[in-house]
Amino acid sequence: MELPLAIDLARIQFAFTVSFHIIFPAFTIGLASYLAVLEALWLITGRQVFIDTFRYWIKIFAVTFAMGVVSGIVMSYQFGTNWSVFSDKTGPILGPLMGYEVLSAFFLEAGFLGVMLFGMDRVGKGLHFLATLLVAFGTFFSAFWILSVNSWMQTPAGYAINEVGQFVPADWWEIIFNPSFPYRLVHMVLAAYLTTAFVVGAVGAWHILKDSRNESARLMFSMAMWMAAIVAPIQIFAGDVHGLNTLEHQPAKIAAMEGHFETRKGAPLILFGLPNMETGKTDYAIEIPALGSYILTHHWDGEVKGLKAWPKEEWPYAPVLFWSFRIMVGIGLAMAALGFWSLYARLRGSLYEPGLLHRAAILMGPMGFVAVLAGWITTEMGRQPYTVYGLLKTVDSASPIDAPALAFSLAAFIVVYFAAFGAGVFYLFRIMAKPPTPNETGIPENHPTRAAGITATPPLRFPGESPKSGH
Amino acid sequence: MEIDLPFIWAGLIAFAVLAYVILDGFDLGLGILFPFMRTGGQRDVAMNTVAPVWDGNETWLVLGGGGLFAVFPLAYAVIMPALYAPIIAMLLGLIFRGVAFEFRWKTKENQWVWDWSFALGSLTAAFAQGITLGALVQGIEVANRGYAGGWWDWLTPFSILTGFAVVVGYALLGATWLIYKTEGALQQQAYGWAWTTGFGTVFLIGIVSMWTPFLDDVFMQRWFSFPAIIYSAPVPILVAAAAYSLLVGLKERHELRPFVSALALFVLCFVGLGIGFYPYIVPHSITIWDAAAPDSSLMFLLYGASVLIPLILAYTAYSYWVFRGKVREGDGYH
Repeated sequence: MELPLAIDLARIQFAFTVSFHIIFPAFTIGLASYLAVLEALWLITGRQVFIDTFRYWIKIFAVTFAMGVVSGIVMSYQFGTNWSVFSDKTGPILGPLMGYEVLSAFFLEAGFLGVMLFGMDRVGKGLHFLATLLVAFGTFFSAFWILSVNSWMQTPAGYAINEVGQFVPADWWEIIFNPSFPYRLVHMVLAAYLTTAFVVGAVGAWHILKDSRNESARLMFSMAMWMAAIVAPIQIFAGDVHGLNTLEHQPAKIAAMEGHFETRKGAPLILFGLPNMETGKTDYAIEIPALGSYILTHHWDGEVKGLKAWPKEEWPYAPVLFWSFRIMVGIGLAMAALGFWSLYARLRGSLYEPGLLHRAAILMGPMGFVAVLAGWITTEMGRQPYTVYGLLKTVDSASPIDAPALAFSLAAFIVVYFAAFGAGVFYLFRIMAKPPTPNETGIPENHPTRAAGITATPPLRFPGESPKSGH
Repeated sequence: MEIDLPFIWAGLIAFAVLAYVILDGFDLGLGILFPFMRTGGQRDVAMNTVAPVWDGNETWLVLGGGGLFAVFPLAYAVIMPALYAPIIAMLLGLIFRGVAFEFRWKTKENQWVWDWSFALGSLTAAFAQGITLGALVQGIEVANRGYAGGWWDWLTPFSILTGFAVVVGYALLGATWLIYKTEGALQQQAYGWAWTTGFGTVFLIGIVSMWTPFLDDVFMQRWFSFPAIIYSAPVPILVAAAAYSLLVGLKERHELRPFVSALALFVLCFVGLGIGFYPYIVPHSITIWDAAAPDSSLMFLLYGASVLIPLILAYTAYSYWVFRGKVREGDGYH
């Protein structure tokens, strides 16, 4: 057997650390906004169920956010440790974008997270809501900048190349708003919202099955199903537009996703098959004639390029792309289907009657994460063999690190991630298994055991709430 | 007038690293001292003194790394592979101690696992940062815009010494922070830890300072030749003053003064290092001007930084202010 090369190990390591990482922000981007909505509804209506639900989810947010922070710090160093040549060459362009991410997003999130988690007593309702909002904005800014970076690697624009071979900025506007960025941003932010909605929906469904009168569980389920019914179809549309943008700028990626090897007019839509990179054919293809052309060009006889239009060494690895793309699309369709099903149940007035719908929602709970990972695998492996599409090859991007060092650190990452984040996910499940209760404690207040008179400023209490002890 | 953007950015990056060292320094220090605290109550208190602020503190490390990538990409591209093992060790250590902040409260029977995860993670991260510092000071071999040295270049008696120095120094910051933020038995113990680690820190600063000039002629000239010595001499004098202030603070049982004195020690050491480094960003092969991205990159980020960094400092200060005052046993954020 051939031993893996350093470059393969570097890729596997980056794929591993970034895949683990994306799970957490995909969840916290959505959850931060959900928490902001819940707190706003509570402030407006004063209804206890909103703050109960808020307190229930903030515990989950805290654990997830911590894992996002520590796995994110790793990412900011992985560029240099594994892809030092890439870092040197793209630093003048991508570095400032990431710098903005740190300055406008990471600090904002981290700076107000403490107040959001622990400060309700200390700062009062209004400022606390502001902190929640700022954390939510922070997660969005973070997505904005990092997706701009990723999109630039997919569709580089606004650059020049200097005498030492670095990409240098020519036009910042073109760099930030490079051709694929708006599409990717919309697609990913919607994905984060949907992912969160399906987790919330699954938790709500789980507790409805146990006690269909649980008010908080009903609220979660109802809100999540609205998201599924409204946002999932929007996401399918956004994904389609994003796909057309990819066709324009990275047609080879689309060819690999669709399993097309030959360039054809009236190309079929291949539903299932096994793309074979050796023979240049998709084996066992089940296809619908001409539909591929129609989807991609909006003409029945439009011409669709196949992989053979490019030299073989430039082919992205179709066997993975073909399937990762289908998994993502399949989940997207299932999400929309569940949303419509819930609409039907809502109309019939049976939304909260424990049944098949709730079991299906539980099953769909983790599917957002699967779809996010499948989508990222599609777009990132589809960028191969380049790191900066068409300009800088992956093989020319790597650090001068030998395979044994990479193998060792990869093994260390795998062991540590599964141990630390495995435990974290276990704790998350444990929190989610507990039903939300009226007067949910959340993260207990700051002075639980201190008598009110002793503190310099009397702690603020919220309506219907009495001082209670911690832990 | 031409603005020297690389110079400004070198200052900003240095500021970010310093902010990281002193802010995360005390919360890593708590982790290092964790095994010496009584299980349960004392550890709860110690952790709660930093729970609301630790990830803000850690963000300065991301700014240090991300900033280096942005404004000195060549330095980033050389330093990361050169210090591969200590950097990876630091990241893994930070994972263990970061998740402990949350996980520790989620289990009673296995709390000890996360206590150790917190302690060993903090110790590993601190030691790796110290090694990184030592390896940078002793210099990195560069050829063709890339790291040209071997796998174990970073591992020398000097870098191990700086590793220990940072561990002891962070423990001092942690101990003096506890003096400031706690009371009763834990505070009394913290006075004891501050004595030990205070002496240790000053002693190790002395050894490292005496060793450094012999690593490279540049350092030697900076510290011992005229007229450079006029600029550098105040540093050791001020270090002595800070050490004395620490001593008095501990002896007279001040609460804030030991922490401030310990911070002063760190700032002064950092300034001392800066004097030794300048104008190199990778001693002694790459200067800040060699490593800098084009002015358009530097300028673009500087616009944002000049607005956002003051804002960040303001809301960070606000967050510390919100959580001001002593943390007592039984007060739980969790």
